Amino acid sequence: MPDRNSQIIEQIPHLRRYAIALLRDKAAADDLVQDCLARALGRFHLWRPKSSLRAWLFTMLHNLYVNRLRDQARTAETLRHGIDPETHPSPANQEARLALGDLSAALARLSHEQRSTILLVGLEGLTYAEVAAITGVPVGTVMSRLARGRETLRRLMETGETTETPSLRSIK
Amino acid sequence: MTKTPTVTESDLHAYVDGALDDAGMTRVADWLAAHPDVAKRLGAYEAQNGALHAAYDSILDEPVPVEMVNAVTAPKAGGALLSWARIAAGIVLLAIGAAAGWGLRGGDSQTIAEVALGAHAVYVSEIKHPVEVGADQEKHLVAWLSNRLGHPIQAPALGKAGYQLIGGRLLPDRGRPAALFMYQDEAGNRLTLYVRRDGGEGTTAFRFASDDETRAFYWIDETFAYALTGTLPRAELLALANLVYRDLGR
Repeated sequence: MPDRNSQIIEQIPHLRRYAIALLRDKAAADDLVQDCLARALGRFHLWRPKSSLRAWLFTMLHNLYVNRLRDQARTAETLRHGIDPETHPSPANQEARLALGDLSAALARLSHEQRSTILLVGLEGLTYAEVAAITGVPVGTVMSRLARGRETLRRLMETGETTETPSLRSIK
Repeated sequence: MTKTPTVTESDLHAYVDGALDDAGMTRVADWLAAHPDVAKRLGAYEAQNGALHAAYDSILDEPVPVEMVNAVTAPKAGGALLSWARIAAGIVLLAIGAAAGWGLRGGDSQTIAEVALGAHAVYVSEIKHPVEVGADQEKHLVAWLSNRLGHPIQAPALGKAGYQLIGGRLLPDRGRPAALFMYQDEAGNRLTLYVRRDGGEGTTAFRFASDDETRAFYWIDETFAYALTGTLPRAELLALANLVYRDLGR
């Protein structure tokens, strides 16, 4: 059975991929993963061995990310009013951006909740239930963020404008 | 009368993400056949997933940065990494899954005290070969080590405290040469002085480290980092460290 160190090290590339896609700044992303690993080592006794190690690590990474956003928003608020971290991308992301064209720029226009959800589902391939656990919301909220985020991305990449997104109703 | 299947927005996303069972996939696929505009929308979502993978999957194949491996295999309280480890961030290790075989594990984030304590333990118990070059060739020893360390060093004179130089040896330290001098008193007690290139600005105060009965005082000057190690009471070792420091400064 692989030891603790190997199991965690195996997850590092996945944590990095998600963090880099989320932050679009490799240095900041690696910094976040580094913090996550340090925290995970300190709390490893809390991980239940039968549960998903990847989901546990991603939850930790997500919480660290949200804390950072809150700290940045608090700082930004003292400088200027009206920054809503839910609808505006963090200023730190504007620098050192990986040049990936329209998709990357469009992703940055989403709220961080929608962006994380799209990446956790579409890039990391986590289940809706896992994403709900990682982001601390009901599955219904995950689906709502996924639907709105994807439709906004689609509109942005097609026309460069955001419009109303379809609601979660049954479609006949 | 055929029953019109109900397809929710959630179903559509689950279809894109492969999160439906076979029956569900068939149900949605059939429905999409009758709603090409929605099928087109889903095509755009699939393309988004594809673009994300195309853009970011290569990161999975990148070697894992050494600091991250260290965070897992050699965690330290406070998490601080020495400057060498930051420089070595350009040198990365492949994540091959096994923690064994990480050649850098332990070596790159140790203070000089840890390294010196380790070297002391390994060499002082040697009877036949405690040193590589004996004190009878002190001039040669000093010239050799100075050359390898890239800066003149001396073996401090500790005769006043009853310690005579036995000799010295060259050691590898994070891939670079380091020097170890060994001293002995009449009772056979041994001291080692570990020296490596690691200068800072100015001189630090003496710092203390111990591993059970083995103790070390360590400090740096502009050129070198030093650690004096022995199994002596702390106060005695401090007095000797002072002697070393003054003698090297002459």
